[in-house]
Formats: sequence, structure tokens, C-alpha cells
Amino acid sequence: MLDWLKPPVLKLQEFILLSGRAFVNLFRAPHYWNDVAVQMDIIGVGSVPIVSMIGFFSGAVITLQMSRALNQYGAQGEVGRIVSITLVRELGPVLTAVIVAGRNASGMASELGSMKVTEQIDAMRALGTDPTQKLVTPRLLATMFMLPMLTIIADFIGLIGGYIVACVMLNLTTATTYWSTSYQVLEYDDIAQGLIKPLVFAIVIALVGCFYGLETTGGTQGVGRATTRAVVVASVWIFVLTFFIGKFFVQLG
Amino acid sequence: MAEIPSDVLLRLDRVTVEFNDTPALKDVTFQLRKGETVVLLGASGSGKTVLLKTALGLIPPSEGNVFLLGRNITRLRERELMDLRSRLGVLFQEGGLFDSLTIEENVAYPLVNQKSLECPPEEIRSRVEEALQFVELEHTLEKLPSELSGGMRRRVGIARAIVSHPDFLLYDSPTAGLDPITANTIMALIAKERDLRHITTALATHRFQDGQLLANYHFDAKTQSLQPIGANGEVDVRTRFVVMGEGRVVFEGEQEELERCKDAYVAMFGRRWKG
Repeated sequence: MLDWLKPPVLKLQEFILLSGRAFVNLFRAPHYWNDVAVQMDIIGVGSVPIVSMIGFFSGAVITLQMSRALNQYGAQGEVGRIVSITLVRELGPVLTAVIVAGRNASGMASELGSMKVTEQIDAMRALGTDPTQKLVTPRLLATMFMLPMLTIIADFIGLIGGYIVACVMLNLTTATTYWSTSYQVLEYDDIAQGLIKPLVFAIVIALVGCFYGLETTGGTQGVGRATTRAVVVASVWIFVLTFFIGKFFVQLG
Repeated sequence: MAEIPSDVLLRLDRVTVEFNDTPALKDVTFQLRKGETVVLLGASGSGKTVLLKTALGLIPPSEGNVFLLGRNITRLRERELMDLRSRLGVLFQEGGLFDSLTIEENVAYPLVNQKSLECPPEEIRSRVEEALQFVELEHTLEKLPSELSGGMRRRVGIARAIVSHPDFLLYDSPTAGLDPITANTIMALIAKERDLRHITTALATHRFQDGQLLANYHFDAKTQSLQPIGANGEVDVRTRFVVMGEGRVVFEGEQEELERCKDAYVAMFGRRWKG
């Protein structure tokens, strides 16, 4: 009767097993540092331009939309606070993670998927390397290191975007007020949640991308399916998790 | 459990393999002894590849036991399997080359990564060159697999399989999708490796003439060419044929028995290329 439950539960079990192995491998030789560096370059450096763009325009658009509301209350001077809190707590981490999911979860799924369907994963195992150690762990480590960095960049460039709209375009407030309020408003728990989120999202992006890649079957079509699934699943989880992490911090405060 | 004689390199004992409840191998018993050549014939989808992958411990059997080099690997951990796998060479169906690595890195891969081979780093380059010379591709060291033709990639795959000087070699459809001339080159290389180094060989193929070649020809070191067996002196080559159909072993025996076999499916492999 519960047969329909079997495939998803099995899949979850496999996902948990893969995640467990990937984490255990962090503390176990051999370490493939070269692969970690290559992945850091692809995930981190490669994402800087797009993450900066997204950060800039999200900061700018928040300021733009908030300017009218703030005008109604005569609270234009508060604009720095609002931009800063929204970006650091929520939009910076989530938008960066969604972009990186689109770029890199898909990249991982398609790369590992192609390797799977051309028997390269089997060859790897036959020739003495553990694919989890060689492929999954470096991607996990690189994403965990790079996503918080990218988020910091996105947050900062977002604040610049907000500054340009608030102080240069709309003259809502002075540069000094904007920067000092946006700095002062941040508390430790804002910074904490702003950095814990990308760390959690990084784990989701890397593991989901690799998981769907490694379980690819059915030739090139299968690779396409794996890629789509990886991006969709990773993005959905990012939004679900940001809610729960946010809830946790709200209760804490 | 029965003791495995030391000359049995590989034994599958009543092995069943299932994917999502669909059996890919059904109650298969298969054995490879030291010094022999086994030709595994079968249509595509008959379970040849699954059999070879099960033998390597890449696919776990649902039932039955797999013995590799005297050890039961059915429930062995991946790390212990690695050491056993380092003693055999494999050529995957499409070559299985890593397309992000150069030919040199591909061929060096087992030497670099298989710790139990204990290959000193300064020897790696010369062994890679030696293996590539064997398949006559020593000029491609710096190239990427995508820059080579299908037949050349298969030859690099052979070089990678033999670079570790394995105890025995498994070839999965080495001639599939190649033109007849290239296919013959590949088969000549396989015979050459078998006869010069006396390597136990298992070959999965859907072409009977590949098996015929291994059964009836040997590589002569003096003339550097393939010669019919028995033409000049005794050559000790034992070739056994195993025919698979729908996940089962449907025939096992020598070439003559295969050619005489009345079973319609088996005869299809024995007769088509005869004469």
C-alpha cells in the first residue's frame, strides 16, 4: 500500500549516505587539494561578476521601493538601516545562493552526470579512487568556503547600489548618515545569520548538485534531467531553509 | 564455503543482479582461470557489461557470491576492493577515459592513485610512455581524449589498463562501434598483450570474429605479427567461449562446440562469421 513511498525514501537514504561520506572524507586522506583549488576558482572567482551585478541591483531596487514608503513617514534618513538589514539578513545570502545554485549545482550535476553516463565514474572506482572523495568532497569544501565570501561581496555591493539610489539619484539622505546608520544597525546576530545561511546553502548546493549528477542514468537526456532537478531542488531548499534559519534567529532574539 | 583453487582468478557463484527489481543477471556462474582466454559473447543487453562490473565489485550482487583473486568480495568495503582492483586491468566499453585529463594523465592515473601499486613518482613517466608505445600512440601524451579518434581512444584505454602490469585483463566490447580495420587493430593489440606477457584475458563482445581471432591466432614476437596457432610449433592458448542471453549463461565451451551448437540464439554467434 505504501509502495509509492519507497522511491522517495530510498532516494533520501542515498542522499544522506552520500552526504555522510562526503563529510567523513573531509577528515580522511587522500585529500585532493588541487581539485579543491580548481573548484574554488570555478565556483568562487567565476561567480564574482554575476553576484556583484545581482547584489548591486537588489540594493538599488530595495532603496527605490522603500523611498516612497519612507517619504510618507518622513523617515528618509532610515534608508541605510533598511537596506543594510534586508541585504545582510536575507537577500544577500538567498540571492547569492540561488545564483550559485543556477551556475554551479547545474554545473556539478551535468559534469558528474556526463562522467557517469560515459563510465568515467566506474573507471575512477576501478582505477583506485573513490568518486566521493575525488569529486564530491572538493566541491563541497570549495562551495562551503566560497559562498560566504560571495555573500559578503554581494552584501557590500548591494549597499553601494543602495547608496547610489538614495544619495545620488533621490537625495534621500547624506552619504555620512547612510553609511553610518547602515553600519550601526547591524548586530552580531545579523552577521551570524548572514554567514550561517550561506554555509548551510553551500552544503545544499554542492551535495544536491553532486547527488543528482552521480545518480544520472539514461545517456545525454538523463544528464539534462539531472541538471534541471539539481537546480530546482537546490533552489527550493534554499528558500525553505532560509525561513527556518530566520525563524530560529527571531526566536533567539 | 568451498575453497577457491589458487589458479581461479575470478569466480561468480550463482550471482543474480537486479536493478529496480528487474534482473540483469540471473543465477550466473562464471569462472576465469589463470592463463586462459574467455570470450563472452552476447547481444547487447544480455548482461556482459553487468557481469564484468560485478566481477570488479562495481555492482553489488543481489544474490550469490563473487570471488576475486581468491577473496570473497561480495561484502567487501570499497577501500579493500581498491587494493584487489589494482591487480587487474579494465577497458570500459567506450574507453572510459577522463575527458578533462590529458592522455598522459589518463594513462598515469592508476599508477598515481592506486596506492598498493607503490609506483615511485620518477618511474611514472617512463611506464606511461612504455604503455603508450605498446599501443603505438606515444606521440599523443599532451593531447586531450576529445582530440583523438574513437579507435585511438580505445587504444589509450588499453594502455591505461596495462600500465599497472595487471594479473589479468577484462575488456568490455573493445570493438563496438568501430570500423572493421580499426577493430582488427584493437584485437591484434589485445592478442599481443595476451601472448607477450602471458596475461589471462576476458573479452566481452558481440562479434564472433573477435573471439575467433583470439582462439585461432597468437602474436608472434619474432615476426611482430599475428600467426595462426599451430602453424609453427605448439602454442599454449586455451580459449573458452561463454554465450549470454537475457542475463543468463546459455552456452559454455570450446569454439568447435559453439559452431556445432543447435540452439538458435547460440548458433547465431557461432555461424554468422564462419568460413
